[in-house]
Amino acid sequence: MAVFVYAENINGVYKKAAFEAVSYARSVADQTGETVTAISVNPTDSSDLLYKYGASNVINIKDEGLKNFSAKAYAQAVKEVADGNIIVFPHTTDASSIAPMLAVMNGYSLITNVLEAPESVAPLQVKRRAFSGKGFMYAKAEGTGVIITVSQNAFGVKENPVSGSEEVKELSVANEDTKVISHEQSSGKLDLKEAEIVVSAGRGMKGPENWGMIEDLAGVLGAATACSKPVSDIGWRPHAEHVGQTGKSIAPNLYIAVGISGAIQHLAGVNSSKTIVVINSDAESPFYKSADYGVVGDAFQIIPALTEKIKALKG
Amino acid sequence: MKILVCISSVPDTTSKINFTADKSAFDKNGIQWVINPLDEFALTKAVKLQESQGATVTVINVGDAVTEPVIRKALAIGANDAVRVNLDPKDSYSTAKEIAAVAQNGGYDLILCGKESLDYNGGSVPGMVAQLLNQPFVNASVGLDINGTEATAVREIEGGKETISVKLPAVIAGQKGLVDEKDLIIPNMRGIMSARTKPLQVVEATSSEVKVQGVSYDSVPPRAAVKMVSPDNLDELVRLLHEEAKVI
Ligand SMILES: Cc1cc2nc3c(=O)[nH]c(=O)nc-3n(C[C@H](O)[C@H](O)[C@H](O)COP(=O)(O)OP(=O)(O)OC[C@H]3O[C@@H](n4cnc5c(N)ncnc54)[C@H](O)[C@@H]3O)c2cc1C
Repeated sequence: MAVFVYAENINGVYKKAAFEAVSYARSVADQTGETVTAISVNPTDSSDLLYKYGASNVINIKDEGLKNFSAKAYAQAVKEVADGNIIVFPHTTDASSIAPMLAVMNGYSLITNVLEAPESVAPLQVKRRAFSGKGFMYAKAEGTGVIITVSQNAFGVKENPVSGSEEVKELSVANEDTKVISHEQSSGKLDLKEAEIVVSAGRGMKGPENWGMIEDLAGVLGAATACSKPVSDIGWRPHAEHVGQTGKSIAPNLYIAVGISGAIQHLAGVNSSKTIVVINSDAESPFYKSADYGVVGDAFQIIPALTEKIKALKG
Repeated sequence: MKILVCISSVPDTTSKINFTADKSAFDKNGIQWVINPLDEFALTKAVKLQESQGATVTVINVGDAVTEPVIRKALAIGANDAVRVNLDPKDSYSTAKEIAAVAQNGGYDLILCGKESLDYNGGSVPGMVAQLLNQPFVNASVGLDINGTEATAVREIEGGKETISVKLPAVIAGQKGLVDEKDLIIPNMRGIMSARTKPLQVVEATSSEVKVQGVSYDSVPPRAAVKMVSPDNLDELVRLLHEEAKVI
């Protein structure tokens, strides 16, 4: 039997989270001695992109009715083609909406927010995020069927090229309970949860008019921008940028926090970052306790200077 | 219109998270319990629909007697009544099954949840409830309007938003944005007094089937001591990030 993996795409284009999920599925399959079959709904990207991470079979679901997302209809579609007892999903918004529905449809166990390759596969036992990043849980699946959602940027994208083959499955899943009325996608902006580098700023920036320098720094680093909760509450930045316990939890390779105090609720969403840099005018800011590198000083001077120096490094 | 709001009782956000000496369980000693912050958005939304549409709001919690103060707080915020399923839940599935069992008989038009509970971060109960009831499901909702037998929900997607119309009954999992942070209801004296006399029904669990076991727990290891860099020596910071951390 195969290990199945849901390869999520946006408008036909595979997400980085899809490659990460395939990489993860590959490591599970290495443990079970099986192959990896990736499932995608209406992709336009080439399946070669999935073979590269270890999927030796790709099932492309073609279904006009699935042009618009519906958790239930997508779960039904995946159910129709996934014929294995381990199914891997990325922990994106869409995939983590499909996974619980599919788990119930199949009577499978569901382990979400998974951080590492399984410690064992029969029974499946794996480390997952819990207590909003303040702890870890080792979860064990009961029964034989199990669905996993992999926390973004935790396992990483790992190349593992195989020669693969593609199969097209025409479906027409009923999708009548929900109807998409409008869809707004800001183009060209890096997805915060997928970004390898995130530049984040807090109330220390004094006002929304000062975010230009944060965006400039993010620009030279190829980073996404984020903010603390009060900043989005006041409306300086959109809600979607708020990271922390009640916002998004992220795990980039580099998190640069500017003018953020480092309250426990903020840390809960960012302490899985691999490297943390804190820039704050207050030497007593609690954030330094959770940082790898710290600079005490005025962000209004430091950020433009740092941007210039990184620009110079990048040539 | 009848609304069911799912409430989970979680450690207060500033709680230090400790595990028992053998690491087999979360140590509940000395924990202050609060309504899961994401559920508060759902509850406030329900109370607003109660005001604007004459809806009745029932809160449901799957938990042992320890969760009753949190349920009373939800009643003080404005729910009409409450159900507690007497079970210390062990996984998302057992929780979802009990909620679905209560919902099945209640004839609710709308089930509102928080998209994730901030203790075990499962993010699974709402979708499971929807599937168990065979109802549509909208996750990560940041806006909701009700029009007769139809809801218009806005959901967050990566890098944007999507507006969807949903046939009721449905399950909607909300987050910040479902209502504004500033509109979250803080119970007043009248609310607290009236909550004491509002009906809180306790029902027994239908089963004890569990699909996922928490075998052990661990704390997050501390980071190595921070390296401080002078603001006058940003070249050094760039060097450290480039050569030592290798992240730029
Ligand atoms: C239930 C609950 C949930 C919460 N969830 C979250 C969450 O998800 N995410 C979140 O972020 N918060 C959350 N909070 C809020 C959290 O407790 C803090 O209030 C918040 O993180 C503080 O944001 P801040 O650091 O931007 O602002 P402040 O606390 O005001 O800190 C601003 C910082 O900027 C520094 N500063 C000022 N001027 C400068 C300058 N010129 N240069 C450099 N530094 C400067 C100051 O020294 C200070 O450290 C939550 C709170 C509660 C109660």
